[in-house]
Amino acid sequence: MHNETIYKKMRIDKHPGLHDIGCHGACCLRATDLGLQMGDDTVFEHVDLHIHCGEIVALIGPNGAGKSSLLKAILGQYPYTGKLEFFLATGDKAQPTFGYVPQNPAFDRNDPISVQDLFVSCISRWPVFLPAPKKLREQVKACLARVHAEKLIDRRLGALSGGELQRVLLALALEPVPHILILDEPMSGVDIDGMKLLLDMLDEIRRSYDLSILMSTHDFTMLDPYVDKVVLLNDTIQAAGTPREVLNSDAFREAFHLGQEWRVS
Amino acid sequence: MELWYALISLLPFTWAQADGLLFMKNAFLAILVITPLFGLLSTMVVTNRMSFFSDALGHSAFTGMAIGTLAGALAPTPCAVVFAVIFALLFTLVQRKAHMSSDTVIGVFSSTAVALGIFIATLGGQSFTKFNALLVGDVLSVAPAEIGLLAVILLGVVLFWLVSLNRLLLTGVHPALADSRGIRVWIYEALFSVAIALVVTLSMSWVGLMVINSMLVLPGAAARNMAKNMMQYHLISVLGALAAGIAGIITSFEIGASAGATITLYLALFFALSFCFRKK
Repeated sequence: MHNETIYKKMRIDKHPGLHDIGCHGACCLRATDLGLQMGDDTVFEHVDLHIHCGEIVALIGPNGAGKSSLLKAILGQYPYTGKLEFFLATGDKAQPTFGYVPQNPAFDRNDPISVQDLFVSCISRWPVFLPAPKKLREQVKACLARVHAEKLIDRRLGALSGGELQRVLLALALEPVPHILILDEPMSGVDIDGMKLLLDMLDEIRRSYDLSILMSTHDFTMLDPYVDKVVLLNDTIQAAGTPREVLNSDAFREAFHLGQEWRVS
Repeated sequence: MELWYALISLLPFTWAQADGLLFMKNAFLAILVITPLFGLLSTMVVTNRMSFFSDALGHSAFTGMAIGTLAGALAPTPCAVVFAVIFALLFTLVQRKAHMSSDTVIGVFSSTAVALGIFIATLGGQSFTKFNALLVGDVLSVAPAEIGLLAVILLGVVLFWLVSLNRLLLTGVHPALADSRGIRVWIYEALFSVAIALVVTLSMSWVGLMVINSMLVLPGAAARNMAKNMMQYHLISVLGALAAGIAGIITSFEIGASAGATITLYLALFFALSFCFRKK
């Protein structure tokens, strides 16, 4: 799938405004019987998912459960079997647009790439080695403002902390504002304060833009107050529901080899 | 060219005067065209970790020259260009299909290309010596028409940079991110490989095969030590390559050494300096 054309379309449609109609939970992404085969291995199969806009959904599962692969399949980067549909608030089927924050985005410490360079190379056709016009710089600043990171604009990517880099990539994924924001392991390598900051920000983003957020995570401590739905993936979906329901399920205890007495209050 | 000869006579060198050495004036102009070209390509060779790959391309260009010479009726240069471009595309394809580490793939291709080149060059008991000129290179032999060709290539690369640098950069630093933004990563990898193949093949006989890769690596590596953003990176790389080129050609003439090697030594000095004054 060539998202580029979709992005272009998105920009044109901006004025009737996919988000101006205010879907308020009415638009959704629905996966039916999704499966992924790689060589002889079945990465995951029979995955049914239903994500409404405005929702934060956490995808959990042990290592090798197929979390990243499922995200990539939804992004259209892996060829999957099954059906993936997106419906607008009007009930019409549409091609969804995605924002993607990759896992552990390691940039080389010495790369001479500033935050502004990264944005310019992603969101415009202005050659990144020429001085950016004022208007473009303002646009980059406005993007960064969505995650309160305007002051990072001239920093080098390699000089950012893990949390700062994540915010920058989040801002990038929000330009143009997508229907669905996908984050691959956003909590890894971030401390407790960083996690809280990130989750607060995601909460703010879903309220401001009414978009769906789907993220994979290893960390269960912070899910409860923030996440609407948890999906436990281990080759297929083992459990789905509120954080409390899933974390207290037998399937969860089994997937993570926890004793019967394990409970989350 | 008349304009150039008039301009260069302003320089305080005996060879540069109106009754001076024509081949030296041509060589000087060729250097002014070649070095910014390499400085520009060098930035992405270094950022996209293609130093070893560009080295392998140089080897394949040699093989192309050998095939061209064998074919006899064909001019060796177009033949080398075709071979290097095919090699570059084949390499990009194999790297995408085979899940091998790229240095292994390059090692396989590079040694095969060199072996094939030497095999063809020495076929039927021929002497290898006629290829020595390619290994060392001789910028003093450059003809005005060839400088014109180099200028056209420089223009082409600048245009390519204006149109595709953004995608090329994203492809190199984060393929997954590039993919998620709808960039067809392999197209830009392939286009860049072809650009390097063209430049290496066409400038090989003047710069010299053995040092050509240094021109593709050193300016970018030095600039990377100091630059904080893409603009500085390109500026330092291109100006550094240009300065080393000018200093190199003048020095090599004065003391009588290979121009390609002298320029490379200046580039190495530039790298050493940039390392001492690198950003923290």
